[in-house]
This record gives sequence, structure tokens and C-alpha cells, in this order.
Amino acid sequence: MQSGTFHTTYAADMALRPYWPQRLRIALVLAAVLVFPWFADRYWLSLANTIAIAAIGAIGLNILVGYTGQISIGQGGFLAVGAFSAGLMAARLDMPMWLTVPIASLFTALVGAFFGLPSLRLKGLYLAIATLAAQEIITWVLTHGKLLGIGESLSIPRATSTIFGISMTAIGNPDFAFYWVTVGCLIVTAIFVSNLFRSRVGRAFVAIRDQDIAAQVIGVDLFRYKLLAFATSSFFAGLAGALTAHYRGIISWERFTIDTSILYLAMIIIGGLGSVSGAIYGAAFITLLPALLSNLARLLSGAVPQINSYLPYMQQGAFGLAIILFLIFEPEGIVKMWRNVKDYFRLWPFSY
Amino acid sequence: MEKLVQLTMSGVANGAIFALVALGFVLIYKSSDVINFAQGELLLIGAYLTYMTVEQIGIWWPAGVVVAVLLAAVVGVLIETLVLRPLIGEPAISVIMVTIGLSSLLRAIVGSIWGVTPRPAPQFLPRDTMTIFGASVGVDKVWAIFLALVLFGVLTLFFRFSREGIAMRAVADDQQAALSMGISVKRVWAVAWAIAAVTAAVGGILLMSIFGGVSGSIARVGLLVFPVVILGGLDSIPGAIIGGLIIGLLQSYAGGYLPPDLGMGEVVPFIILLLILLVRPYGLFGQRFIERV
Repeated sequence: MQSGTFHTTYAADMALRPYWPQRLRIALVLAAVLVFPWFADRYWLSLANTIAIAAIGAIGLNILVGYTGQISIGQGGFLAVGAFSAGLMAARLDMPMWLTVPIASLFTALVGAFFGLPSLRLKGLYLAIATLAAQEIITWVLTHGKLLGIGESLSIPRATSTIFGISMTAIGNPDFAFYWVTVGCLIVTAIFVSNLFRSRVGRAFVAIRDQDIAAQVIGVDLFRYKLLAFATSSFFAGLAGALTAHYRGIISWERFTIDTSILYLAMIIIGGLGSVSGAIYGAAFITLLPALLSNLARLLSGAVPQINSYLPYMQQGAFGLAIILFLIFEPEGIVKMWRNVKDYFRLWPFSY
Repeated sequence: MEKLVQLTMSGVANGAIFALVALGFVLIYKSSDVINFAQGELLLIGAYLTYMTVEQIGIWWPAGVVVAVLLAAVVGVLIETLVLRPLIGEPAISVIMVTIGLSSLLRAIVGSIWGVTPRPAPQFLPRDTMTIFGASVGVDKVWAIFLALVLFGVLTLFFRFSREGIAMRAVADDQQAALSMGISVKRVWAVAWAIAAVTAAVGGILLMSIFGGVSGSIARVGLLVFPVVILGGLDSIPGAIIGGLIIGLLQSYAGGYLPPDLGMGEVVPFIILLLILLVRPYGLFGQRFIERV
């Protein structure tokens, strides 16, 4: 039980997780993550993969929205850029996954920086609307994809899903094999982004969010850092998109519409804006909510036979309701709720 | 020439409907700084409520339309008091997200009541054609334009002469000053949402009769409201009307004259949106107080 911060070395002061309860919790989470795939069946493995990929995209979006304060409704479009560039490289050029994923991520970062250009003149609501336009334009390019040689959908040969020559399918079923890739990428992303906001660049992002004019006055180059925020954010969107392409094996534009952008915004709002763990909680919540509802519907289908035809509406309605309720009752998201729980036990039996 | 007239008429008809929807959007934005992403769902609700009163309950159609529009106004007021009022003073992202969540919830409610399969719309507007400059044009389009104009006229009179309308203009102009003059800002917000729901409902009803059916695709029009309001200026009512007409016409021409397999009609409004944002973010008629970065 710590009663204050008593660091005596710089190394201790710089640590991401300075206290032993935090380290214990991280160790427990990591142990659970390592043990989980050996016991889970394919259904839960595929859910875990979906959550991990979504969490990478949500962390990326959180860099832009939560940390830099630039509202973006274009995340679905950037995911699509990552997915289709990786998919095209794999399908047309037979490039292996360990090449397509990084290249697609970098390419998406470039596209993101390009669509970030309006942020130099616009902010707040106007920027949100500009990114909405970016989303619609990217969707249009994909739906009229004869230019790119994409039909209704694009299939990615399983054979390209290799890492340094090792085929993914060689180590068990694809869900099991991909688990290590997606979770590995998620861990690297989470550590990278957590550290990013302790660096010069990350501090500049936060300064822009809190007060852009003040940031400019103290010497933050708005032009450079806003584009950098768009590029970094889109890099992770591209990573998530490219992983989706290889994991699903078949992609179509329907997976990347404005609804996807909204889903990702909902993840970071519900999880907690400006927090890496919040993005992960939000991704888990938004992915598990429809899955739990459909399990619930299956349980109840004996008692209420019509429930299955209402399931899509229940999922959509629960999603909308979750956003509204979180914004009204806990605008800081799941992260704040978790902190409240921790504070309660830390301070017990006193109220504060 | 014949194609030009046809495209112009359908462009003006669509543009008039866009303008109606945009008008409600601008009203909400002007009076309460809320960007409403659920505008398309208000269209949907208006259309389905009319379907309910006229087709399912079977009320004589002019009465049914009036009842549906009144119900839509009630829905608008409910949304304002239950969902948006708790979020006063929250950052822009929260307000945007809550309207997005609302759109999802409303679509789910509409879907669970009426399903996803398109339903044939009740026939109010005559479906025959008339000849204008040698081109045959659907009479329903002419009616849509006429009805939109009537509604614009009524709203203009409302803003100019009624007590409530003047209060709304005062709040839009300066909220602090309006508050100190004893105007209830909360009441004005509720009225703004009611009017937005009504104009959207009328837009939905007109779209329903032009499409000949109701389905979830009507809500798609809600996204087109963004190009319209940005072009006209987010806080300008004349801008919403002129922006609506311009976007409607451009969409119609782009869809009609450019190669049809490109589907340019869908994307042209958004390209214009990006261009306007880069060149003239306050739009054609908006106030130039947008903050430059």
C-alpha cells in the first residue's frame, strides 16, 4: 500500500509502471494472455483476435482524438486503406505477410497525413466533417474499385500469411496462430503509444489538444505535429486493417464504411479518451457486446422464439444506448469506472 | 435539352428536400451549437410514422400526415430533453458522439418495429407526368418543390413575426443577451428540435413518395446534409436553402452526365464539401467567426 511517490532514482521515476501492485497486475494480465489460447475454443479465439485488432485501431484513433484533440470520423477509411493495400500486395504480388503489413501501415500513414491537411485550417466540428468527407471518398474509391482491380471483394491467399518463411497454418488452426500475431502487435502498440506520450512529440500532441494557441506560443509547430498525429494514428489504423485482411482472408468495402468509423469512435469514448488501456477496454466492450447479446438470444430462443429476428436491432440499439448512457453518466469511460473501483478499495474504510 | 430539363427538375426536387433537412440541422446548430448526426434518422422516423398513420392505422391521408408530423415533433422534443440537455457544456466530441449514438438507437427502434424490407409508400402525390419545355417530368417532383417552398414560407413568417421565432433568433444571435432578456433558452432548444424534426419529417414524407417506398435507405440522405450546410454556411438559413439546391442540382447532373457506372452522384457532394472546407470554411453565407488555426 503506497501513501505517496517516493522515487529516489530517475529510472524509478521514468518507469511506466512504478508500483508493485501495478506490476503484479501487468504480470497477471500477461500470464492470462499467454495461457488463454491453450484453453479457449475457436469461437473465443476469434473473438480475442477481433478484440486485439480492434484495440490496435482504437489506440491509433485515440492518438488523434483523445491525445491530440482532432476529431476524426474517417478511421474506417484508413482501416480500408491498410486492408486493401496489404490485400493487393498479397494477392497480386504474392508478398508475404511480414512485408505487406508494415508497408501497408506506412502507406496508410501517408494517406492519413494527406487527409490530415485540412486540419491545418479547420478544427473541432469542421474537421470532423472534413474527415467524414474523406471517409465517403475512400469508400467511393473502393466501391468503384475497377480502377484498382477489386471486384465486390478481394481474397488474400492463405499462403501469403507467413512470417519469415514460417507458414501461419503450420502452428495449429489459423485463429490460434493469428492470436500470437495480433496480440503481439497489440502489446508492441500499447507499449509504443504509452511511451510516445512521455516523449517530446507526445507532449506536443497533448499541448495542441489542451490549447493550440498556447502550444504555438511555446514553440510547438502546429503544422508538423498535427500532420504527425494524423500519420501516427493512421499508421496504427493501417496496421489493424492489414491484420484484418490477412486474418479474414477475404475483405470487401462493406467492412470499412462510416459505421466502422463510428464503432471505433465509440470504442474510445466508452473506454476513455486519451488512455491506452481505455482504448483496449473499449475495443473489448464494443466487440463483446453484440457477441454476448447473440449468446443471450440463443439462451432465450427457447422461451421467446421471435428473439432471433430482433437480434440485429437489439445489437444496434444496445450499441447506441451504451454510447448515450456512457456520455451522460460516465463521460470519462470505463477507465474512470475502474479507477473509481480501485480508489474505493485503496481508501476504504474512508470515503476520501 | 430534354435530359437537361429532367435532370434539373429532379435536382431541384431533391435539392428542396435536402434544403428542408438542412434547415432543421442549421436551426439546431445555431441555437445550441450541436452538430446533429441523427438528422437522417429524423427523416426515417417521419416517413415511417406517416406510413403507420396512413397505411397501418388507415387515417385519411391529410390528417394522417398531420398526426405523423406532430408525433415527429414530440420525438424531437423528447430527444432534446432526455439526451442533449444533460450534455450541456460538454466538449464537442461528446455532443457529436451522443447524436451518433442516438442515430444508432433510433435506427434500431425503427428497424425493430417496421423491419428492414422496403414497404410500399401510401400514394399522396399524383404519379403521372407533365410536360415542361418538351420534357416529361414527374408531377410528384413538382409537388415536392411546391410543398418545400410553402414550408419555407411558413418558417420565414414564423421567424419574422411570431414571439417564439423572434426568441429563437435572439438565442442564435447571443445566448447571454437572450437569457438576460428573460428568454428561456431551454424552451428555445426544445422548439428548435421540434422544428428540425418537423422539417425532417416533411422531407422524409416527400422522399418516400418520390421513391415510392419506405426503407432504411432514406436515412442515407442525412449524410448529404453535411455538404449542404457547409456549402451554405453552418449557421445560415438562406445558405441551407441555396446550398440544398446547389448540391441537389450538382448531384443530379453528375449522376446524369458523367459515366453512370462511376456513380459520381454519390461522391460529388463530398468532394465539394472538402473543397469548400479548404477554401471557404464558413461557406457561402456563414458568419466568418470560424477560428483559424
